[in-house]
Amino acid sequence: MTGMLPTDPMLPAACRVTQVTRETPDTFTLQLEFVDGEGPRGFAPGQFSMLYVFGVGEVPVSMSGDPEQIGRLAYTVRSVGQVTHALVCRRPGATVGVRGPFGTPWPLSEGRGLDVLVVAGGIGLAPLRPAIYHVLRHRDEFGRLIVLYGARSPRDLLYRKELAGWARRSETQVLLTVDYAGLDWRGRVGVVTTLFRYARLRPEQTLALVCGPEIMMRFVAGELLGRGVPASKIYVSMERNMKCATGWCGHCQYGPFFVCKDGPVFAYEKLRALWRHDEL
Amino acid sequence: METLERILGEHPFFAGLEPEYIRLLAGCASNVRFEAGTYIFCESQQADAFYLIRQGQVALEIFAPKRRPIIIETLGEGDILGWSWLVPPHYWRFHARAVELTRAFALDGVCLRAKCEQNHDLGYELLKRFASIIERRLDATRLQLLDVYAQGSARVTR
Repeated sequence: MTGMLPTDPMLPAACRVTQVTRETPDTFTLQLEFVDGEGPRGFAPGQFSMLYVFGVGEVPVSMSGDPEQIGRLAYTVRSVGQVTHALVCRRPGATVGVRGPFGTPWPLSEGRGLDVLVVAGGIGLAPLRPAIYHVLRHRDEFGRLIVLYGARSPRDLLYRKELAGWARRSETQVLLTVDYAGLDWRGRVGVVTTLFRYARLRPEQTLALVCGPEIMMRFVAGELLGRGVPASKIYVSMERNMKCATGWCGHCQYGPFFVCKDGPVFAYEKLRALWRHDEL
Repeated sequence: METLERILGEHPFFAGLEPEYIRLLAGCASNVRFEAGTYIFCESQQADAFYLIRQGQVALEIFAPKRRPIIIETLGEGDILGWSWLVPPHYWRFHARAVELTRAFALDGVCLRAKCEQNHDLGYELLKRFASIIERRLDATRLQLLDVYAQGSARVTR
């Protein structure tokens, strides 16, 4: 665990909301800072925190900010239940509790000298954004950066300005698609896997980072393997019902793994057999 | 014609086809161009061609009473547009609209159907290629039907 926790991983640190940005009709990005001024020692792209709204509850949320902006925490949250709704309703100045960061990061050091392919679906772009920041900040260490991003509809696309900015960077290809659109949409329509045919992929020298709903990741993994990306170079971020975030409670058990501790980022090869089991 | 043959021969869709078949196909092909906003074909019209998109973007649209029309899929450079020319009763099922200036090769379906009837080897080669496209689009449609990003689906909070 790369940590900002002083001692007890179960003890939330008080953080102040500094900014709330509406990304889509139901998804918001919260910027936080530590109340006592004691900033974090940092996090690694792919890790998550437990965010606690006092008196309401606690949820796991991926860190979606720039890992090199020490002291500034960002979380992109979709309002889907009581706690997430309470989170996105926080206003600047409000206090929330933060535990973490927890979990395994994207293996970016493995990508040095390789092309990095990011495949995201829906809010799955949030845990991948820190990895994109890292690659763009250390551009000379990596080959091409290819971002394939699918969302439900045009209004559900996250970070639209940033996506446009990334697309203008050298050796960077950003392709977007939506599952459904009205006639006024001028972009692509189709599931995220349909973007592969336009990607400037060099399969044998690619590190693939995939995050989205599990069924989408399974389809994407199939597409990657079919195009010749080695299974050993595919990584996915899993989601289960995380509670303690330290592997003690067992709520997020997935086969022999605890997603909070052994994940959320897994080598595809570790999960391949588990994905064949229904209802796991 | 030589250039057209070369371009068709180099396209992944026609990869591995005998040069003689490429020549036949080139004989049925013509260069076409559609301005942004033009309809390439409309639902229920006779399907008498398919298109190899060289540049631009095409939206497949569906209109239903009492609902907003929607784009069900877009196709772009390198994609094949249309298989209804191959499947009786040879009517288009959707509208296809050029979203931006689109250049393509149009392959005459009536001419090709006749050639496929005469030469079943050619017919089988084309059918295999179209079956592969249909299979990929069916897979994509199934994933689309799952509506995986909707609230209530997995991965909603992080």
